[in-house]
Amino acid sequence: MTNKRAGVPRLPHLLGIEGLSPETISGLLDLSESYIDQNRSVDKRRDLLTGRTVINLFFENSTRTRTSFEVAAKRLGADVINMDVATSSVRKGETLLDTAMTLNAMRPDAIVVRHAESGAVNLLSQKVNCTVINAGDGQHEHPTQALLDALTIRRRRGSLQGLEVAICGDIMHSRVARSNIHLLQIMGARVRVVGPPTLMPTDIDKMGVEVHYNMKNGLKDVDIVMMLRLQTERMQGMFVPSISEYFRFFGLDSEKLKVAKPDALIMHPGPMNRGVEIDSEVADDLDRSVIHEQVEMGVAVRMACLEALIGGRRNSVGAAA
Amino acid sequence: MSGDILRGVPPHAGSTAYINARIIDPTADSEYTGAILISDGKIADFGPNLFASGAPYGIQSVDCRGLYLAPGIVDTRVHTGEPGEEHKETLDSAGVAAAVGGITSLVLLPDTEPPFDDASLIEFVARRARQIKLANMYAYGALTVGLEGKELAEIGLLAEAGAVGFTDADHAVGNAQVMRRALYYAKAFDALIVHLPQEPTLSSGHMSSGLMATRLGLSGNPPLAEVMMVERDIRLAEMTGGRLHLTKISTAESVKVIAAAKARGLKITCDTAAPYFALNDLAVGDYRTFGKLVPPLRGEADREAIVEGLKSGVIDAIVSDHRPQDQDSKRVPFAQAEPGGIGLETLLPVSLELTHNGHLTLPQLFQRLSSAPARLFNLPGGKLAKGAPADLVIFDSSLAWKIDRTDLWSKTKNSPFDERPVQGKVMATIVGGRTIYRDDRFVPAVAA
Repeated sequence: MTNKRAGVPRLPHLLGIEGLSPETISGLLDLSESYIDQNRSVDKRRDLLTGRTVINLFFENSTRTRTSFEVAAKRLGADVINMDVATSSVRKGETLLDTAMTLNAMRPDAIVVRHAESGAVNLLSQKVNCTVINAGDGQHEHPTQALLDALTIRRRRGSLQGLEVAICGDIMHSRVARSNIHLLQIMGARVRVVGPPTLMPTDIDKMGVEVHYNMKNGLKDVDIVMMLRLQTERMQGMFVPSISEYFRFFGLDSEKLKVAKPDALIMHPGPMNRGVEIDSEVADDLDRSVIHEQVEMGVAVRMACLEALIGGRRNSVGAAA
Repeated sequence: MSGDILRGVPPHAGSTAYINARIIDPTADSEYTGAILISDGKIADFGPNLFASGAPYGIQSVDCRGLYLAPGIVDTRVHTGEPGEEHKETLDSAGVAAAVGGITSLVLLPDTEPPFDDASLIEFVARRARQIKLANMYAYGALTVGLEGKELAEIGLLAEAGAVGFTDADHAVGNAQVMRRALYYAKAFDALIVHLPQEPTLSSGHMSSGLMATRLGLSGNPPLAEVMMVERDIRLAEMTGGRLHLTKISTAESVKVIAAAKARGLKITCDTAAPYFALNDLAVGDYRTFGKLVPPLRGEADREAIVEGLKSGVIDAIVSDHRPQDQDSKRVPFAQAEPGGIGLETLLPVSLELTHNGHLTLPQLFQRLSSAPARLFNLPGGKLAKGAPADLVIFDSSLAWKIDRTDLWSKTKNSPFDERPVQGKVMATIVGGRTIYRDDRFVPAVAA
């Protein structure tokens, strides 16, 4: 296990996928792989992070990501504190740095942050002297999601190199799409984005992806179909006319899927809107849908990230003070 | 890097001669070594041959030792926080920053709390300027009540109280009917209307749209939000015959459209602010909120087009667009940060890059910084002429230094130019014959 960690260079924070090397990503995936069996066994706990404190600081509601980080940290023996700022009455932004400084003074080893604004996690990381892990910031990045998607694909296909991947739906507002575009390209996959033009960010083609406005063209011969959640509050005629029209042209169903490779995998970061971006028939197709496997891989990936970032470190922050 | 603010020092009772100076005369488009004579706060004489054989007795003379001397900068776009947000900037602190920046006249934007949509506030500014005794301070009147873009403000009464132009500051007037009526109505008072051209429904983003915004996950304003408003305004100005000045031009397309309108003979003028020829959207990389401005910083091709527009004269003037913001407004996630950057003290050194890079001559630069804005706003300074106010700046054009926001005199430190190496430094600022700022390195030999 320790020799696997040796492949991952020490990072101060995990703020995004952009800028990571292929070696770092492979190293994190290898390390994640080593936790899958442990998570499937009866005794799931190891003591690698005993004595470490991890704070989950969520300024935006999230059930699965927060739970996944919590399970990951606890299985490595860390103490976990959950702070759901979204449900309290503090106003966004105004107190971000105050909150960060307060928590920092309690000397956590890592703060896992989710925030509704792009760049908020970067800002916070500049003000604390512990490790910061981005659990999703606005429309910017969601690095652990991209890593767990990569792990899921790699276990099914052996490698990401040369795969054709279609990311479909609301690309504009998706941090998952951005992190996946970075990661897949770094690892040698080819990426297409598919969706209505109103949900494509400006100059997305300059990120090296192929842009499609038609599902049948976009899904042609792909190995992987990644569906994105459509925020239904964005459906009020501002970006697309209606849910039924969206589903008709951009929702994934077995008909549209026919043009993909016969063994193409179906992925979704969750939570799904059945009948909006995905038909239940394909979401529940046991042969092709890996949606539940993604959730399982999420825990392993987050354990690997925590180990790589704060495992085996002497308490240097405290020692310096 | 320090100097002295000199307040309330009366001018020398008699006359003062500034000799041995590199004089920049923007109106005559010339530059020469010579002298300038100031009497009773006004320019009495100037020229290459004046006092060539030494100043006569009885006149205080200041040896400029070859430093440049030009008409003081006329900055027509300055936000302060007075009244309403004095924790960001007061008229006093803005006056100090202007003095250090070589700015001898400034025109204050009306977006204060309350806004300048009432004549008493224009009088308030005039009174405060007399108390502060630094740069000349003028005020815009609001174009619409509360800067809301709905009902016309009292343009006539505001003009009578001394408002030198009318604008809704950083708010664009989206309603074409309101803009049409404003341009028509203002003709009765020959009033200048200054408009920030941004189509409001396309300008709700936080930076310029493009690859950088997409990568950072920030919503963007397309550059065309500017040019479509420029086009609308040009049509309205043509139809009404009103005096229109477009401010903070930031895109290549706008420059093109304005050039075409001028070629058609329309009396439309425009300015840009220093960030738009000196910075591009890379300055907001890593979510730097000091680079969040209105309009947003654009791509490199747009920046180059702004430089070209200044060269060709399509862009008439340069403004600082000084807009102070405190830490609470800037140290927040990018989308929540208030826009704006301070610029009074950095305006001259950043603008001098245009001459160092060979885009403009010094007389051309001071046409954009001093004489053109003074002419457009009918202000007395900004030129060298017998009988004109002795509003002057003395500067070293080659002195190299690095902008450090913590050294700036402004009350807030949100400079988009922080840590930028620049060349050129104000050595003294003179308003109405009185020296209001002197750099420590400028110790003129004074002979009586």
